[in-house]
Amino acid sequence: MTVRREPATPVLTVEDLSITFTQRGAAPTRAVDRVSFEIGAGEVVGLVGESGCGKSVTALAVMGLLADRNVEIGGRIAYAGTELLGLPRKRMRDLRGADLAMIFQDPLSALNPVVPVGRQITEMLSRHRGLRGRDADAEAVQLLGRVGIPDPERRLKEYPHQMSGGMRQRAMIAMAVSCGPRLLIADEPTTALDVTIQAQVLELLKDLVETEGTALLMITHDLGVVAGLCDRVNVLYAGRVVEAAPRHELFGNPVHPYTTGLLRSIPRMDGDRGVPLNPIRGSVNDLVAWADGCAFAPRCDRYELECLAGTPAVTELPGVDHEHRCVNPPGTPAVVR
Amino acid sequence: MNLPGTATKAAKIDRLAELSVSSSDVRGRSLWLEAFSRLRRSPMAIVGAVIVSAFVIVAVAAPLLAPHDPTAQLWRGDVFPNRSIFVGPRAENPLGLDHAGRDLLSRMLVGARQSLMVGVVATLIGLSVGALIGGVSGAAAGMGRRLGRAVDSVLMRFVDMLLSIPALLIAISVAALLGPSLTTLMIAVGAAQVPIFARLLRGSMLAQSRSDFVTASIALGVRRPKVVVSHVLPNSLGPVLVQGTLTLATAIIEAAALSYLGLGSPDISRPEWGGMLADAQRFLGSAPHMALFPAVAIIITALGFTLLGEAMREALDPKLKK
Repeated sequence: MTVRREPATPVLTVEDLSITFTQRGAAPTRAVDRVSFEIGAGEVVGLVGESGCGKSVTALAVMGLLADRNVEIGGRIAYAGTELLGLPRKRMRDLRGADLAMIFQDPLSALNPVVPVGRQITEMLSRHRGLRGRDADAEAVQLLGRVGIPDPERRLKEYPHQMSGGMRQRAMIAMAVSCGPRLLIADEPTTALDVTIQAQVLELLKDLVETEGTALLMITHDLGVVAGLCDRVNVLYAGRVVEAAPRHELFGNPVHPYTTGLLRSIPRMDGDRGVPLNPIRGSVNDLVAWADGCAFAPRCDRYELECLAGTPAVTELPGVDHEHRCVNPPGTPAVVR
Repeated sequence: MNLPGTATKAAKIDRLAELSVSSSDVRGRSLWLEAFSRLRRSPMAIVGAVIVSAFVIVAVAAPLLAPHDPTAQLWRGDVFPNRSIFVGPRAENPLGLDHAGRDLLSRMLVGARQSLMVGVVATLIGLSVGALIGGVSGAAAGMGRRLGRAVDSVLMRFVDMLLSIPALLIAISVAALLGPSLTTLMIAVGAAQVPIFARLLRGSMLAQSRSDFVTASIALGVRRPKVVVSHVLPNSLGPVLVQGTLTLATAIIEAAALSYLGLGSPDISRPEWGGMLADAQRFLGSAPHMALFPAVAIIITALGFTLLGEAMREALDPKLKK
């Protein structure tokens, strides 16, 4: 849709990605609808939205982890020029872990409870880099040290339940980066952690991106994480990108009422204590399908009848890299209802 | 320049530092070890373990412990004081004699050995065949491909078929087919347990296949067979082990039931609790001790294994951790 600034092939290209879950006897559910974005080397792109907006499904589709039954995937996903959809299973398996890696939300459930952490890392090293025995152990120690786990030799033999939450997430990150992937997908990597640890983990991810030039797809519902880390942000609502812009542009000049609503609902440290929070009213619902109009309309303060006249088109703001999908953005006079 | 109390404070801090080092030195405690240490603290497990070990010791040392030859007829001229051919408990024979004048205690002790052997071997048969079927089925289903699902379906329909037949009926059919002997007894009792183990392991593996760490290891490129062997299987074994312990109790009871029905070993030199019970049936009115002691022994042994199994279930239950 937009012209990228770098001419080089992006690490990940997602174009018009649509994911539909079909089930016998039930109407198909479109979880992701024509989502497009690109990530270049060393770039951090955020996918932001509420639960159920299609963030995680997009990540799973990129990793090729969606079941092959009852799921239809349309559009294209390309990794460094290689088409991932329709790639033979074996090639996909070789890419996973080595070139594409993923960090999961809850490291406690994403690590095998009966296998020492060290062995889970060396498993990756032997699978993709052919390292065995002592070499693999030495590399695992080095990796754990690099993600900031103190006393890595000892931690190698520990089981996940013996580590703290932050340390587990660091171990998970060590596993993910063990084979030097060019694309890292982080699916809410800080949600299960407490705030101080969140900051440390984000710092670690930022550092990895900067030193290794890894492309990072950051999936989150936390705009604070986005503000601190992402170069470019895609705001998803009900499976569609409703607003996409570089970080500063998005925070400085949010257009879509959903984005402004998200921003307004963040509690502020410098605000008055008496001021109530401003949540977006309602919750994600399917009262309006995208085909009929703006799916956000039922929750929107600015909606007009025009909003329900078919799928809102993508509008580009003149002169800046900023697009949105709103029929009645702020700046145009709102109908008082 | 020491302020009062500084030295003790410093000592305390040193002590704390030491403590934290020694406690964090407990390294690499696997979930199995943790479960074992929980097991040791459970009174239920201790009672169960005491009963089970007593049973095992008796079974192993039976020939040494038995005061008499279990096959020798001990009738003397003094055994018919009341014109009854039965002898109840008395000094030389604490549990009395059976209908053929053999020492009941000796027969019970030697019988423990048979019961243990039948229980253990039958459970092993049930567990290994069942786990094999369940493991293949679980691995195939977890693969999520068409062939895998087909293999899973075929195996599970077979298991469903077995499950729909009462276990005792399967055991009787096998025993009838192979003719009564101790080996038959073990195979028959084991065969009846196969579908339970198969279902259990498959279900447990399927549940694990959907867990985050399996998705994570696939996302990190680990090959399917490796995922099954090193991630799915080890996490699925807990329920199977618990069921194995519980099955030991069932197997002993079921072996007794089969012997009682006359499908046990016909070898009189190898008495077996169920067979003894079957013999006692005919003399229930005049010699109740003949039925009482084997019955109580069966109940207590089964109770011991059940207690141990239940305690293991609790110790391995992830929800009860900490």
